[in-house]
Amino acid sequence: MDYFLTEKQKVIVELARRIAEEKIAPVVSKYDISGEFPWEIMKICAQTDMFRVFIPEEYGGLGGGVFEMALVTEELSKVCGGIALGYAATGLGAMPIILFGNEEQKKEYLSRVAEGTICAFALTESEAGSDASNMKTTAEKDGGYYVLNGTKQWITNGGEADIYTVIAMTDKSKGSRGATAFIVEKGTPGFSFGVKEDKMGIRGSTTRELIFENCRVHKNQILARPGFGYIVALKTLDRTRPGVAAQAVGIAQGALNACLKYTKEREQFGKSIASFQVIQHMLADMAMKIEAARSLVYCTARMIDSGADDISRESAMCKCFASDMAMEVTTDAVQIFGGYGYMRDYPVEKMMRDAKITQIYEGTNQIQRNVIASTLWKK
Amino acid sequence: MNIIVCMKQVPDTNEVKIDKKTNTLMRQGVRSIINPYDLHAIEEALRLREKMGGKVTVISMGPLQVIESLKEAVSMGVDEVILLSDRAFAGADTLATSYTLSRAIDKIGNVDLILCGKQAIDGDTAQVGPGIAEHLDIAHVTYVEKIIDIDEKEITVKRLVDDGYQIIKAELPVLLTVLKEINEPRLPSIRGILRSREMDDIPVWTADDLDIDRNLIGLNGSPTQVISVDTPQLDVEARIFEGDYQTQVDCLLKALMEQKVL
Repeated sequence: MDYFLTEKQKVIVELARRIAEEKIAPVVSKYDISGEFPWEIMKICAQTDMFRVFIPEEYGGLGGGVFEMALVTEELSKVCGGIALGYAATGLGAMPIILFGNEEQKKEYLSRVAEGTICAFALTESEAGSDASNMKTTAEKDGGYYVLNGTKQWITNGGEADIYTVIAMTDKSKGSRGATAFIVEKGTPGFSFGVKEDKMGIRGSTTRELIFENCRVHKNQILARPGFGYIVALKTLDRTRPGVAAQAVGIAQGALNACLKYTKEREQFGKSIASFQVIQHMLADMAMKIEAARSLVYCTARMIDSGADDISRESAMCKCFASDMAMEVTTDAVQIFGGYGYMRDYPVEKMMRDAKITQIYEGTNQIQRNVIASTLWKK
Repeated sequence: MNIIVCMKQVPDTNEVKIDKKTNTLMRQGVRSIINPYDLHAIEEALRLREKMGGKVTVISMGPLQVIESLKEAVSMGVDEVILLSDRAFAGADTLATSYTLSRAIDKIGNVDLILCGKQAIDGDTAQVGPGIAEHLDIAHVTYVEKIIDIDEKEITVKRLVDDGYQIIKAELPVLLTVLKEINEPRLPSIRGILRSREMDDIPVWTADDLDIDRNLIGLNGSPTQVISVDTPQLDVEARIFEGDYQTQVDCLLKALMEQKVL
């Protein structure tokens, strides 16, 4: 499919592909085993300007948006969905500042993101997953400061990132209208990290708890204004779900690529298994599903970048569809590889483990279906 | 710090085959690349600029198609590129090439450091770097594995030799030829690629642009004449030893002794 990318977008895709094939491919297994944060790759992403693609030009960026971020995420994910996440989650962490930051905040933080400073976004808590309104982390006003207390759970890039967008309750009595978004920097007294989680997949990414104990944050660090925390979170996630969807498309494409190579090499009954129609049909289904998902992701990303505001439904659709697709395609890839597919010496079992999370994070696919369904009777 | 890198465009030898009749490289359809050692020279120059400020200029001598490789250097982040291209330069050996490059470097002027790759992967002579230094009457150090220290006046480098290494201190300006071990070349950046694509005014210097003795350039200035080229014949005999490990080892030992390897 020709998506009519601009010259600049083609440059971005080609270079991201080089990073994936030349720099990430040799270290995929290393990070999948160790679970360490892939700093060497993040540095390459910074040096090659990958973090600039979604930052406005006035802050040192290249002026692209969600679409460019998705293109890079997809290319990196074709080789490793875990390592790609350090990049994509920085996009998630920076998005609230892009959307709601005032001029000073944008100048201070977005210029650092453009240079490759890692970011994170902190909404989830142990009792507040799909029910994000059940948040326990509080921010109590004290003069010109707010005092944060509580624990955020499963925060991607936690401990590695320097810049965090944290949602906390400033007025519990107001329910979801009592939440506020803060920019918190690593190193702020009272801000520490829990142990690193040992995950099933995306092991080349870091997931930690953020712990706030009387952490004082100046009121200038508030995004939008007090009480707007949920709006900040929801509008951010609506614009970053195509990133998760692009990650899913990348993982699935990586699995198909591995299958195309393997089915030509693997012989049974005296011929390559690629010559069997049953295998060809499986591969054709994989290719169709991937292209359908990619089309939905690209359309949604372009719709968002056009400035459209009412995007929750499309954002939910592309994330839900692409991640379900990635789970199917990677499961089939393991099936095509047979016994070898189940072994860690072969690449596809990791892709299946990596794909699973895309159905869960940034809103489970069940919640996405709730969002989609809620729009069906609207005019 | 004003740094010059001398770069050569070479055929990608991974793809090159030799014409068995003429004993020459079959270059048709073979991709041209930046000589891999020169990528390390460019990388080192960029790192020094990041550390000390200044400017990196890449120069190359060759046909107009070398502009593609110079643009690749721009995409990695070098400030300026210059191509030396003229029919009068054609057919140059290492002596004439190093003389021509030295005249261009003289024209640029005020150079603190010249970096070259250890050698080019097509000719493998490793002579052009030292040749340039001789023509400019400055010091040179070959096979540099590491720049240990550098300031405005002098440089300390680690030079790899057959039986170990040397630590050498030299006054600037100096020419270094570098090994692959010195660094890992960076990928281009998006901004670098965009800048290189917009660059349509890459300076091309001809013999007329240089203060140069025409008897010393091109084929006329080249005392080296290639009389003939031969491809070495590789006679490889493969034998597979069977049986258990002990039998195989015994057979291998016997065979190696028969061949007088042991």
